[in-house]
Amino acid sequence: MRLKGRKIFGGKAKGIALVSKKPLSFLGGVDPKTGIIKDVESDIRGESVKNRILVFPRGKGSTVGSYVIYQLKKNGVAPRAIIVEEAETIVATGAIIAEIPMVDKIDISKIKTGQFVEVDADKGEIIVEE
Amino acid sequence: MYLTKEEELILAGEYGFALQKAMEILVALGEIYGADKLIPIKSAQVAGVSYKNIGDAGIEFLKDFVDAGAKVSVYTTLNPAGIGEEVFMEKQREILNLYKAMGIEITSTCTPYYGANLPKFGDHIAWSESSAVVFANSIIGARTNREGGPSSLAAAIVGKTPNYGLHLEENRKATIIVEVEAKVRGFADYSFLGYHLGKALKNDVPYFKGLKVKALDHLKELGASMAATGSIALYHVEGETPEYKEALVDSVERLQVGDEELKEVKERFNAEWEEIDAIVIGCPHASIQEVKEIVELLKIREKPLKIPLLITLSRVVKALADALGYTDVIERYNGKMIVDSCLIVSPVEKWYQGIATNSGKASFYFSSAGLKVRLENTDELILGAP
Repeated sequence: MRLKGRKIFGGKAKGIALVSKKPLSFLGGVDPKTGIIKDVESDIRGESVKNRILVFPRGKGSTVGSYVIYQLKKNGVAPRAIIVEEAETIVATGAIIAEIPMVDKIDISKIKTGQFVEVDADKGEIIVEE
Repeated sequence: MYLTKEEELILAGEYGFALQKAMEILVALGEIYGADKLIPIKSAQVAGVSYKNIGDAGIEFLKDFVDAGAKVSVYTTLNPAGIGEEVFMEKQREILNLYKAMGIEITSTCTPYYGANLPKFGDHIAWSESSAVVFANSIIGARTNREGGPSSLAAAIVGKTPNYGLHLEENRKATIIVEVEAKVRGFADYSFLGYHLGKALKNDVPYFKGLKVKALDHLKELGASMAATGSIALYHVEGETPEYKEALVDSVERLQVGDEELKEVKERFNAEWEEIDAIVIGCPHASIQEVKEIVELLKIREKPLKIPLLITLSRVVKALADALGYTDVIERYNGKMIVDSCLIVSPVEKWYQGIATNSGKASFYFSSAGLKVRLENTDELILGAP
C-alpha cells in the first residue's frame, strides 16, 4: 500500500513500524538514553523507538522535546523515520536538527505496529507492506 | 513557500551547515503553517536556556551548532537561566557561554523590553518566551508568533521568520469579547483573571471591555497568566492597547467574567502563611515600578520579613534599583534581588515546600512542581506576611 504525504525532512529509510494512536511528548515521554517510551499516558509505553519507523498523530508538550529527539540520534537510539498525521513545531524541528526523515499528512490508521514500512521522505511517500 | 535566490543557496548549504540547518527549520515551519515567504525580523529572544529545561540534549545541540560556526544576524537576547547546585550551575554556565559564542547578548530575562531588547510598533520579531511574546504583541504592537526555543534561534541566525500567524494583520483581530464585570484592583487580581481565561479561551485573541488599567505591570501579568495556563499570544484592551481600534470585527462571541470565576482561582491558591517558606515576586521579571512599590510597602510595614522575599528581575532594572537605593532597603527587610534567573526554571521544589506570590504564572508552575501556593496582591503579601 502506497500512501502520499508531505516532506518535512528529506531522506529514505525502511524498518518496522511502531504506531501510537495518541499524541506523543518527547520531553519526559521518551528516555533520551535508551529510546524507551516512558510517558504513562502512552499506548506504546515500554516500547523502544530505536531503529523503528515511529508513527503517531502529532507531538505535544514542551518545545524542549526537539532537543530530546536530537539526543536520541546522538545516542544511537533514534527512530529511522517519523510519520505523523499533523506536523507541528516540536517534532518537525527535532527531525530537522537530528536529520531523521519525516513525513506528515498520512492517515496513520492504515499502519499497524509490526508492519514493514519504506519511507521516501523526499517524495513525501511511504509504502506499507501488507 | 517562495524563497529568494540567496535563501535557496543557504538551504542548499552554500553558506555552511549552521545556516543551512537554521534555514531548514524556518522553511519546514513555513510550509507547515502555510507561509508565503520569509520576512526580515528586527530582533529575537531565545528560550531554552535553563539547564533544567534543555538538559544535556540541549547542550549537545548548542555545542554542535557553535562548532559549525552558528552566529546570530539580528539583536538577540535570552530567557532567564536556572539556579541550582554546583553541578547544575556548571552546566548552566556552559549553556550561557555557548549562546554567547553565537553572538547573543547574555541578558537572561523574560522582560527584555525593560531595557536591552525593545521593539517598536509594527516590528516583526521572533520571540519565544511566552510572557514576552504576549507583551510584545499586545502592549507594544510588535508582531511575533509563539516561537519554540530552536525556531527563535533559527530565526536569529537567518535574520528572518516565516510569514504566518500573528505576522499577518487578519490574524490579529479579536476572536472573542471578554466583558470584565469582576473587580480587578491589583497585580494578583489580573493573575486571577488571566489564569481563568487562559484555561477558558485556548488560542483566542480576546478583546477586553470593562478594564480600567492602573499600571502597565498589571497588563504584563494578565498576559503572562493567560499564556501560562493557555496559549494566548495576543489580546486587546479597549482604550488601552495600541491596536484595539482595528481589532473588533462583526459577530464574535462574548464571554462574561465576574467575581465568582476569579474566586475559584483565588481559592485554589490560598495556602496558609504557616505553610510558606518564601515570597517570590518578579514573574515575569519585576519592573522598576514594582520594585518601588515593594520598597514603599516595606517602609509602611516597618519590620523585616520573617521569611525571605525573593525578587527576580533583569540586570537593567537591578542596576536602576541599585542606583535609586531600593536594593539596600529591600535587603534590610530580608529581601533578596536575583538577576538573570527565574525560580520556575530552577529546582525550587528541593528548597521550599510553600511559596507566596502575586503571579498567576508562577502559581501555575509552582503548583505543578508540587508546592503549596498563596496568590495575593503585592500589598496584601508585603503587609500580611509574618
